[in-house]
Amino acid sequence: MSIKQNAYSDGLPDFRNLGVIARILVAVNLAAIGAACYAEPGWARGMARFADDAAFIEPALLASIVALYLISPALVSMRYLLANVVVVAVVLCIVAGMSYLPQSLSAPDERQLARRLVFSAAISLALLGYLRLRAKAFSPALTEARLQALQARIRPHFLFNSLNAVLSLIRRDPKRAELALEDLADLFRVLMSDGRKFVRLADEIALLERYASIEQLRLGERLRVVWEIDNAPQDALLPPLVLQPLLENAVYHGVEPGTEAGEVLVRIEGRAERVFVRMVNPIHPGSTHRPGNHMALDNLRERLMLFFDAEAKVSTREADGRYQVDIEFPQITAKPAGQVETR
Amino acid sequence: MSARPLRLFVADDEPPARSRLRELLEDLRAECPAEVVGEAGNGLEVLDRLPESGAEVLLLDINMPGLSGLEVARHLSGLENGPAIVFVTAHDAHAVEAFELNALDYLLKPVRAARLAAALRKARHTGAPLPASLERAQAGPRTHFSIVERNRIHLVPVAGVLYFKAELKYVTLRARDREHLIEESLVSLEKEFATHFIRIHRNCLVARAAISGFERAAGGAEDEAHWEVLLEGVPDRLPVSRRQWSEVRDILGQRGRG
Repeated sequence: MSIKQNAYSDGLPDFRNLGVIARILVAVNLAAIGAACYAEPGWARGMARFADDAAFIEPALLASIVALYLISPALVSMRYLLANVVVVAVVLCIVAGMSYLPQSLSAPDERQLARRLVFSAAISLALLGYLRLRAKAFSPALTEARLQALQARIRPHFLFNSLNAVLSLIRRDPKRAELALEDLADLFRVLMSDGRKFVRLADEIALLERYASIEQLRLGERLRVVWEIDNAPQDALLPPLVLQPLLENAVYHGVEPGTEAGEVLVRIEGRAERVFVRMVNPIHPGSTHRPGNHMALDNLRERLMLFFDAEAKVSTREADGRYQVDIEFPQITAKPAGQVETR
Repeated sequence: MSARPLRLFVADDEPPARSRLRELLEDLRAECPAEVVGEAGNGLEVLDRLPESGAEVLLLDINMPGLSGLEVARHLSGLENGPAIVFVTAHDAHAVEAFELNALDYLLKPVRAARLAAALRKARHTGAPLPASLERAQAGPRTHFSIVERNRIHLVPVAGVLYFKAELKYVTLRARDREHLIEESLVSLEKEFATHFIRIHRNCLVARAAISGFERAAGGAEDEAHWEVLLEGVPDRLPVSRRQWSEVRDILGQRGRG
């Protein structure tokens, strides 16, 4: 997936994509009809001319598409400009080569050959340009889809274990079970909300506390969370679900694999117009949990970049049997115009 | 079904999950009488407590700290009258797939009473799972070796093993403080722990990390001159066969560069 995105990021169409092939077929034929009608007076004669031309155009077109399909992997590794030159050159070679095939109805004269070559070059370049623009127009949609996909992540392990914990409470402590379900509902509301809007730090902290209380229910005294959040700037804005995945990671990798109690530190503070977040958890070298840490962090980094561009930082550190994540981002309290809705 | 209650052991690291299972068993009392004879909150506790509890069936969570459920099951399979095992997991696509492939019984959390009853009825008849099925279901190598002595399971962490030596019918496991006899073949050990141990002789696997050096041993009357592995912390010297020497030497070379 990512390889493909990188490969085509500079706008070269994917010649193995059915949509691209269909667009090329339609566009070339429309252009040929247009050219035929332009060359002959009247629509009927134009169509007759196109029917004649098609005997040459269609084989050449199909041969070009097959050739481009075949060399597509090689094109991808070339620079964009060079790749375009190669595409046009391939098409021209095919057109010229087919013009001299013995089974052509009549040997082409030089003027006809020149016309064909000019037409092919023009249509090739026009198509390359169109497909590039189209790819560019679609990339924001791609980004948005990725953003949504990034956000739709919660460990199924957590969901089912939490539901199981709530079930165990229903008979013994119905009040506590109600609270736990409310916490879960709040958590899922945020998880399923629009990930493109800023949220207040205070809300994000409330979410952290809800999440921690669900985990507490499951893990009991094995989980100890130390909160240092008195100096957190409540009104600072940040993208949603930046902090919760960090705490989830800390619990999943730092507390769950341990047989002893594990302590997680959550520190959030504002200094010099910036917000600093630190989470620390113990490390379990022999943990059987699959490594998912890096993916969550890459995801987080990417989202912070989308919101704060280069002004956000994410760093991690491992020392003395503890794993530490630090993030910092500018302390914005007013929504930047335009950014909230479009990004 | 007999009137005698089924003796059950419940292993889960989350206290609410254990109490949920107890509640369900209570609900099923008429249909499927059972008695919880032991509980554990992690894998090591299971191995410690289960043998003397006399449990017939073990409800075993997969995701437990210390030792995973699958590894616990493998160590239990060394017991003479090992329990039947019903695995319990919240969500582990890989494990579920492995269970189905190897016909191991499992329950998904949250567990339903009806499913639990069916699993218990089945477990009573099928008995302990086959070691081979457990071995295939576990994705990676074990973290411990187990030696069963008089109905006790003694664990030796893989990192604490210096070498294995095959002698006649048995394989000797050499840990820092003592030796154990185990009933496994060098070939299967070599396969499971390829990254950890290296074959230095037809009859010997050595922990890569335990090798402190090599020394040339003078040939005796019948013996040719050969190399010997020196080990960290113990005086044992292990001969390297001519066939394995080049491979063993490469390990040393890599270490020297690193």
